[in-house]
Amino acid sequence: MLKRFLAAGGILFALGMSLAAAELVLATTTSTYDTGLLDALNRAFAELFGVKVKVIAVGTGAALELAKRGVVDLVLVHARPLEDRYLAEGWLINRRDVMFNDFVVVGPPEDPAGVKGLTAATEAFRRIAAAKARFLSRGDNSGTHFREMEIWEAAGIEPGGKWYLISGKGMGENLIQASLMGAYTLTDRGTFIAMRKNLDLEIVVEGPVKGGDPLLMNPYGVMAVNPARFPDRNYVLAMAYIGFLTSPQGQRIIAEFTVEGEPLFYPTALKADPDFSEYVPRDWRG
Amino acid sequence: MGEIWDSFQAAFSLLAHPDRYLLSTILVSFKVSGVALLLCFPVSAALAAAIALGRFPGKGTLKLLIRTAMGLPSVVVGLLVLLLLSEAGPFKGLLWTPRAMVISQLVLITPLVLGVMVSSLEGVSRRVAEAAHVLGANRLQVAWTVVKEARAGFLTAGVAGFGRAIAEVGSVLIVGGNIAWADGTSYTRTLTTAIVVESRKGNFETALAFGIVLLVLVLCVNLILGFLERPGEAR
Repeated sequence: MLKRFLAAGGILFALGMSLAAAELVLATTTSTYDTGLLDALNRAFAELFGVKVKVIAVGTGAALELAKRGVVDLVLVHARPLEDRYLAEGWLINRRDVMFNDFVVVGPPEDPAGVKGLTAATEAFRRIAAAKARFLSRGDNSGTHFREMEIWEAAGIEPGGKWYLISGKGMGENLIQASLMGAYTLTDRGTFIAMRKNLDLEIVVEGPVKGGDPLLMNPYGVMAVNPARFPDRNYVLAMAYIGFLTSPQGQRIIAEFTVEGEPLFYPTALKADPDFSEYVPRDWRG
Repeated sequence: MGEIWDSFQAAFSLLAHPDRYLLSTILVSFKVSGVALLLCFPVSAALAAAIALGRFPGKGTLKLLIRTAMGLPSVVVGLLVLLLLSEAGPFKGLLWTPRAMVISQLVLITPLVLGVMVSSLEGVSRRVAEAAHVLGANRLQVAWTVVKEARAGFLTAGVAGFGRAIAEVGSVLIVGGNIAWADGTSYTRTLTTAIVVESRKGNFETALAFGIVLLVLVLCVNLILGFLERPGEAR
């Protein structure tokens, strides 16, 4: 183990020496940047490689579109079905699992739809729709928005009507709006923890981090832009970053990153038995 | 109300003890908008003189186009510049740099600056031009006389252009990427895009405080410009 670590460190060091003047552009989601996690990772990366990382923090959908246009070197996002589409089309390659956290369903303390304590997000969504209780959607092609649509689909409901509102906002602003209008919404746990004190909202359906619905699992993946499509992108440095993110050091930074004493992300790159499905689209057959 | 008052207090304590993040963000804001204005101003002045004083077919249509372009939404400009800069070519390396932000702000403010200049030139009485002509001025000298008479309007054009540039969020967010380095210094983050980040995080008080800082700084710029303008009025 130690030997492998040292060898990896040596390779990383050699790469770092040869790439000192290069730049690396990472498109990612607001949840990884706004929490401060990426700054912690990028400080360590800059120490190792002497490369400052340009972070473009947008929604998952926008981050993948930037990758498709070849204006970034790699992406760190959280919407596996969408990631798979870009992998299958060959825009991105070499996907690795990095970390996960989870989503939770939150709502007003009065709980007008009576969903508090339910173990299935789909059942909660069904009851919210049946009660026509207000639900505030992000509606912005973010990873959270994609997951919300998956849950509606799994619940067999096409959301619509005056109770279903779309904010088009980032997670933090969306939570504040939901709090002000007494609406239910889907949020990643990290943003909710960071803002909880300013919100009149409670968790009504727990995610898998606290033993809740596995459908609310929120895994993050990192992928490099395909150098065959965009030879002018810095593929070598992108792979060095992926290596760093999934290395013991990168994974330790993720594990030790807390907000108000609570961890926000759980590292998943180092596994006892590697599962190579993380590299390729899930329905891929070689 | 309490929160708004808190924001004012936060803004002034930020201004009293600015940290590296705030200083570098202010610097990027002023650098990008200032350079955009400096590049736009002389070209617009020359174009405005040509449009206002020249006689050519399609002049009315051109002025209509300029006025319409004043209403360009900044996000649309940002997306257009993003797509242009993402085409393979010599400009591709410009994306995610302050220079890309200057380009998008140039597109955004030139119609405004140009439009105000044309109006102010046309507002100068025709008698001024005729008088200059009678006194034996050639065409260039006539133009110069009219431009001198319209200098208050040109100042307004500059102030309006700078104001739109520095208060604008949409295009710099898209083409600059809102980048701050991990050590907490801004690279392409402006005061306005910092407001977006803080507001996204739900830190409305800090976001408002940044807005107040922006306004206070623009006020200072206007005070200085007003001071510079005064000797001209006395002449």
